Amino acid sequence: MHKFLIRSFVSSLVLLFTLTVAAIAKDVKAAFVYIGPTGDHGWTYQHDVGRKAVEAAGFKTTYVEGVPESADAERVLRQLANSGHDIIFTTSFGYMNPTNKVAKEFPNVKFEHATGYKREHPNVATYAARFYEGRTILGTIAGTMTKSNVIGYVASFPIPEVIRGINSFTLAAQKVNPNIKTKIVWAFTWYDPGKEAEAAKALIDQGADVIAQHTDSTAIVQMAEKAGVYAFGQASDMDKFAPKAVLTSVENNWGPYYVDRVKAVANGTWNQKDTWHGIGDGMVVISGLDSQMPSDLQAKVKKLQADLASGKVHSFTGPIYDQKGNLMVAEGKTADDGMLAGMMTYVKGVEGDIPK
Amino acid sequence: MIKIVKRDQPSKAIFFFTPVLAIFLTLIAGGIIFYILGFKPFEALKFFFIVPIADKYGFSELLLKATPLCLIAIGLSFCFKSNNWNIGAEGQLTFGAIVSGGVALLFYDQEGFYILPIVILAGAIGGMIYASIPAILKTYFNTNEILVSLMLVYVSKLILDYLVVGPWSNPEGFNFPETRQFSDSARLPLLFEGLRIHAGIFLALAAVVISWFVFYKTYLGFQMKVSGFSLKTAKYAGYKGKKMIILVFLISGACAGLAGVGEITGPIGQLHREVSPDYGFTAIIVAFLGRLHPVGIIFASLVVAITYLGAETAQIFMQIPKYTGQVFQGMILFFLLASDYLLFFKFKFIGSKK
Repeated sequence: MHKFLIRSFVSSLVLLFTLTVAAIAKDVKAAFVYIGPTGDHGWTYQHDVGRKAVEAAGFKTTYVEGVPESADAERVLRQLANSGHDIIFTTSFGYMNPTNKVAKEFPNVKFEHATGYKREHPNVATYAARFYEGRTILGTIAGTMTKSNVIGYVASFPIPEVIRGINSFTLAAQKVNPNIKTKIVWAFTWYDPGKEAEAAKALIDQGADVIAQHTDSTAIVQMAEKAGVYAFGQASDMDKFAPKAVLTSVENNWGPYYVDRVKAVANGTWNQKDTWHGIGDGMVVISGLDSQMPSDLQAKVKKLQADLASGKVHSFTGPIYDQKGNLMVAEGKTADDGMLAGMMTYVKGVEGDIPK
Repeated sequence: MIKIVKRDQPSKAIFFFTPVLAIFLTLIAGGIIFYILGFKPFEALKFFFIVPIADKYGFSELLLKATPLCLIAIGLSFCFKSNNWNIGAEGQLTFGAIVSGGVALLFYDQEGFYILPIVILAGAIGGMIYASIPAILKTYFNTNEILVSLMLVYVSKLILDYLVVGPWSNPEGFNFPETRQFSDSARLPLLFEGLRIHAGIFLALAAVVISWFVFYKTYLGFQMKVSGFSLKTAKYAGYKGKKMIILVFLISGACAGLAGVGEITGPIGQLHREVSPDYGFTAIIVAFLGRLHPVGIIFASLVVAITYLGAETAQIFMQIPKYTGQVFQGMILFFLLASDYLLFFKFKFIGSKK
């Protein structure tokens, strides 16, 4: 009798413990810190789409939008860590130092920082997308569709991420059309519809008949629509904003990664890592192709998409020369991630200099 | 019957009462907005104004946020009192941050007690240099200081952009737009372990005391007051107007520059593109809400600071859009300006006669 009591007591304790663990695991709460408003139809909008995917997977989420990269970021992070969130995604580069600082104080909370390189504590992971793969597709389309052989490109800031995009785009365009030139206008902003529209206008005035962008608003595709030239959507499918101009969009698809990582926290399998996913992992998605594109181009793009996904084609395959004609990547070789991460020179065919 | 009558003299009691009234009206209007948006008004207001400062950490964050606002607003009150409309404190803050950040970067790999004072001084000088531009243009070329000081804000932000993207960017930072971290000797000391409130608060308090002394105990303060009421009178009294204009701009610039120093050597610890979430503009609201009085400005900076913190808390706990914080700031200013009507007019109750 005595033994039976003890045994049942112990087993009920074990049961209670497992139940509690299960309950805790299921109650994982995720938080997201955004740089802009969720309605920007660009960068932040897509992160919020990712957040909704986490909600749909059965987890509770919280977000704070419009958090400046000033001293305020640290307070928001600490407050989120303090209010029962188990994993916090910080979705702008400028949150890098505050993320690492707060992570040190909350070793039990996981932090995921987008587009940064600092992982100073075991509970900080970083993630980014290989957007340049999407730009290889856009370059292929632009090089084929242009008649003036001048392609405009509205760029944000001269950092490797943006230079890499310009290069990948230009290389792909050259492959289908050796005569093209890529003209760059630096807007020095990630999101400023007024400035972006002005930049697009300047490029169109210089003869560009296809405009690519590495800024977030829909102003550029709308300007292209007005001027009767082609453009590409950035971050989200922007077709509805400029149905004639937009040939396709490169979408940032964070959902699968977010769901994965939140589940990993729930299962206790979360680990620190640096993720850099592209088309193959579904983090970079190409929207539907516009019917104005000839069917052989559409087929080509579909194949290229599949080859980039499988790794058969790499965006940076040699020979690649810089503007002065120096060899950057030898024939038959591909650029490694280290080179891509620090890329600060234009390839041949890009006009102008990188602002210093 | 109620009749509106012009007052013979603006009421002093109402002068200090209207800011309180404005805050009260803002709370009511805020509650109504929350209700329309589908939130429980009292709960929302609680998360907005009480929860964020309910613990020690929250209160220290309030002081941290209020410090630059108070410092800048004190500086601005020198300008506004004397009829000089310096709208460019944000630019003076940014330029002060640039100069002091540049000095801090010179010492990035050094330690020493002398570094911090040099860095602080550099920030004040930077702010003064930047404020002297609209002041000199106003005194010698008769330009409009509102326009010049405002436009220079955007210039300063572009200079900062240029520096952190180009020549000052961290050599080990993969070309991302930020500088190196400053050495510990260039950082303002923290007052309490684990809290972010730093020694910059003493700069703000010193500014409060000094400004009170200047405003109410010195000839300069009297001159400023007279010029504020009537420039013609000041001229007639023989005050050296040009000298005073330049002086108030320099003081204002120094305060804004110091606020910039407080941000970069306090919580941030480096230069990057966003050193201030528009403190320089928000401080204009603070200065007027505080009635350009040093003590009033202390309270006003706390009230406005809490709208920032409250907006974050309300979004985290109630999913209220964070931008309501800006709505609150706008409403405070609106109600303040609107209730200023009471300064000059009063309601008179007249018994109906048969």
